Amino acid sequence: MDNTMESESKIPEKRVDYLNVDHSLKSWLLTTDHKRIALLYLISITLFFFIGGIFAVMIRLELLTPSGNLVQAETYNRLFTMHGMMMIFFFLIPSIPAVLGNFLVPVMIGARDLAFPRLNLLSWYIFIIGGALAISAAVSGGVDTGWTFYTPYSSTYSNSHVIVMGLGIFIAGFSSILTGLNFMVTIHTMRAPGLTWFRLPLFIWAHYATSIIQILGTPVLAITIALVALERAFHVGIFDPALGGDPLLFQHLFWFYSHPAVYIMILPSLGVVSELIACFTRKRIFGYKVVAYSSIAIAVLGFLVWGHHMFVSGMSTYASLVFSILSFLVAVPSAIKVFNWTATLYKGSIVYDTPILYAFGFIGLFTMGGLTGLFLATLAIDVHVTDTYFVVAHFHYIMVGGALMGYLGGIHYWWPKITGRLYPEGWSKLAALLVFVGFNLTFFPQFILGYMGMPRRYYHYPPEFQALNVLSSAGASVLGVGYLIPVIYLLWSIKYGPAAGPNPFNAKGLEWQTQSPPITQNFETTPVVTEEAYDYSGEEGATVARS
Amino acid sequence: MWSELPLFPEQASSVAGRVDLLYFFLVAVAGIFSVLIFSLVFFFAIRYRRRPGNMAAARIHGSTVLEVLWTVIPLGLTMVMFGWGSLLFLRNARTPPGSFEIYVVAKQWMWKIQHPEGLREINELHVPTGMPVRLVMTSEDVIHSFYVPAFRVKQDVLPGRYTSMWFQPTRAGKYHLFCAEYCGNQHSAMGGWVYVMEPAEYEKWLSGGSTGESMATTGQGLFERLGCSSCHRSEGGGRGPSLEGLLGKKVQLDSGQAVVADESYIRESILNPRAKIVGGYQPLMPTFQGQVSEEQLLQLVAYLKSLKKAERSTTQ
Repeated sequence: MDNTMESESKIPEKRVDYLNVDHSLKSWLLTTDHKRIALLYLISITLFFFIGGIFAVMIRLELLTPSGNLVQAETYNRLFTMHGMMMIFFFLIPSIPAVLGNFLVPVMIGARDLAFPRLNLLSWYIFIIGGALAISAAVSGGVDTGWTFYTPYSSTYSNSHVIVMGLGIFIAGFSSILTGLNFMVTIHTMRAPGLTWFRLPLFIWAHYATSIIQILGTPVLAITIALVALERAFHVGIFDPALGGDPLLFQHLFWFYSHPAVYIMILPSLGVVSELIACFTRKRIFGYKVVAYSSIAIAVLGFLVWGHHMFVSGMSTYASLVFSILSFLVAVPSAIKVFNWTATLYKGSIVYDTPILYAFGFIGLFTMGGLTGLFLATLAIDVHVTDTYFVVAHFHYIMVGGALMGYLGGIHYWWPKITGRLYPEGWSKLAALLVFVGFNLTFFPQFILGYMGMPRRYYHYPPEFQALNVLSSAGASVLGVGYLIPVIYLLWSIKYGPAAGPNPFNAKGLEWQTQSPPITQNFETTPVVTEEAYDYSGEEGATVARS
Repeated sequence: MWSELPLFPEQASSVAGRVDLLYFFLVAVAGIFSVLIFSLVFFFAIRYRRRPGNMAAARIHGSTVLEVLWTVIPLGLTMVMFGWGSLLFLRNARTPPGSFEIYVVAKQWMWKIQHPEGLREINELHVPTGMPVRLVMTSEDVIHSFYVPAFRVKQDVLPGRYTSMWFQPTRAGKYHLFCAEYCGNQHSAMGGWVYVMEPAEYEKWLSGGSTGESMATTGQGLFERLGCSSCHRSEGGGRGPSLEGLLGKKVQLDSGQAVVADESYIRESILNPRAKIVGGYQPLMPTFQGQVSEEQLLQLVAYLKSLKKAERSTTQ
């Protein structure tokens, strides 16, 4: 195997792959190749990420001082609203599934594409139309409802572009539904010969679980937004009590999607982390089946906990009790995963490449995010800390600490496969470190701020909260640098990085058995699977050269 | 700015200490688990790094005993958290007997407060120590949330219905009042102060600012001016049921259901009289939607409550 690798990397790369098969713009915009569509997504969501990031920078600058001075209150409200909407609906939800999932699901199961390639292209166009509407809402004056669209503020009182933004999110939702549908059908019907369910990589299990939520949850969000638009445009009384509606109905409908949506963001990341840990410890994931089932358990239980966003909303006390206990139950499969990853490290042979650093970072931040989630599920504590910075810190630990660390780890791990090039190790390790340190500096102080009682979405705040806010803003600047560095060296590596070869990390998994970048059909001949996932047992001495 | 770096809010209510105790328990559990996981990851990462002598990983598939263990222990711990948190929540949700009521109407972007004695305040709330205070709250526009961190209590304030909360201040002082639910442009300006005073001082404050007419008296005036008394006669026998001693009682409805006549029931019956018809009466009452403000509704509620007190004192 070593010999073939070396000889391949020595040959000047004149081979045909999915990237150089056709260079025309048309070949990109009308492609049905899942790998090219993944790249289209990668470019678009990176753009949305940095737009959302600019809003975040403005927020942190404004919060440096207790009084409002950088922007007006109206502007500030639009900033945090647009930050949330961009990051959640146009970056985090599509991030891992639409980029890494799109690229890897077919390759990992030995298929030549997704089940519905044209539908896949369509979902990218739908996403872009949604994103364009969202951006047009942003540049024409923005939205100030908060990403949660609470009624009757959003449906009656807000003086901003609620309907355009709502329409953007409504449309983008269909891209998410179609992607989920595509994955689910693909995983069911297109696995290579011998690739049984319990030989699947955990990345596939995680995407299967995510697809369940995308397909079942997203339509509810679409309905909810449509109802808000109906009430706003035609004064149909649904949520506004002045029109005979019920404002709590909105919250129930909204969180019925938006809580599971958190699992749309985090489940794929859990899948990525399992891949990283298996590869860089050279071991099968400890308790593979339990980790696989826990993804499904999280997806199912995740639908039953939405009410924990509403403990002080005026919902009945007994409903609160039920949602509280269910929320604790959903914590258990997450805890199991963390313990299983930790146990996987035991007696491993751990290689310190950049992706494993992100995986370690993920475990740290996800653990903190999960444990603080227990605080919020505890009724008497939630009453005090809900709608404060405690919640802001908690969900950033999960959605940024968790989901984004997984995404970055995955991008680094599969970058050589996607582009055929290696990135500089030194820079990438530095960036991973900066992201971890910067993240904790930014968000840990917010837990303290929250318990102190600082409400979220505050444009100005009492002076005693300033020290912690300054700390948070300082951390955010470190975090920002940590996010910018990878953009630079990854772009650099496309042109100047050394050729990666088919399997630079000596990893298991079908994606590493084809060339980098893969050919359009992924494999010359359909692979046949004869072993379980992560079978590193036979590799003694095989990688001496690397260490 | 750096001179004070407070890490912990003041405790100024009877529940604050209990909430903090539970919080410390959670911090301890979270701390132990974080340290456990971080040190294991750290230790394994160093001990089992790839080096000569450790070039291949051991083959371990799993361990049922371990996995059961780390499923059951977290499950047990979370159930302790659930139990403790819920008992405290239920306890904090029940208003203790002997509380007195203060009425709150929220609007973009202010808190309008009425004391039963007739005193009104905006963005300020004066309360005595040592007595449970119950707030009956509603909003004129969007959802707001009444939040006093020093008391560890928060409750959303909704348009179109009453929500309530209670607290018993324990320490005199001046504490932040925040709106915790985003409500538009001046959301962060929709706050003020809760002044907790010793009872004697509170009495002084109350008599100093009183306008003379209690909420119940104002409510009675309204009750007559709006013509309510022509049907809802105190001695009974009118076209509508007598409202004497109504609050807090079970009412048998036309539909066969029985409901407790609380503040929300009164509000609904004034604005949407046909929603719940009392058994044995005709749906004749016109709606008063648009004729009475939220504050006037609360005055009517206060008046009806005073009838309850009157009746009690006569029967006792």
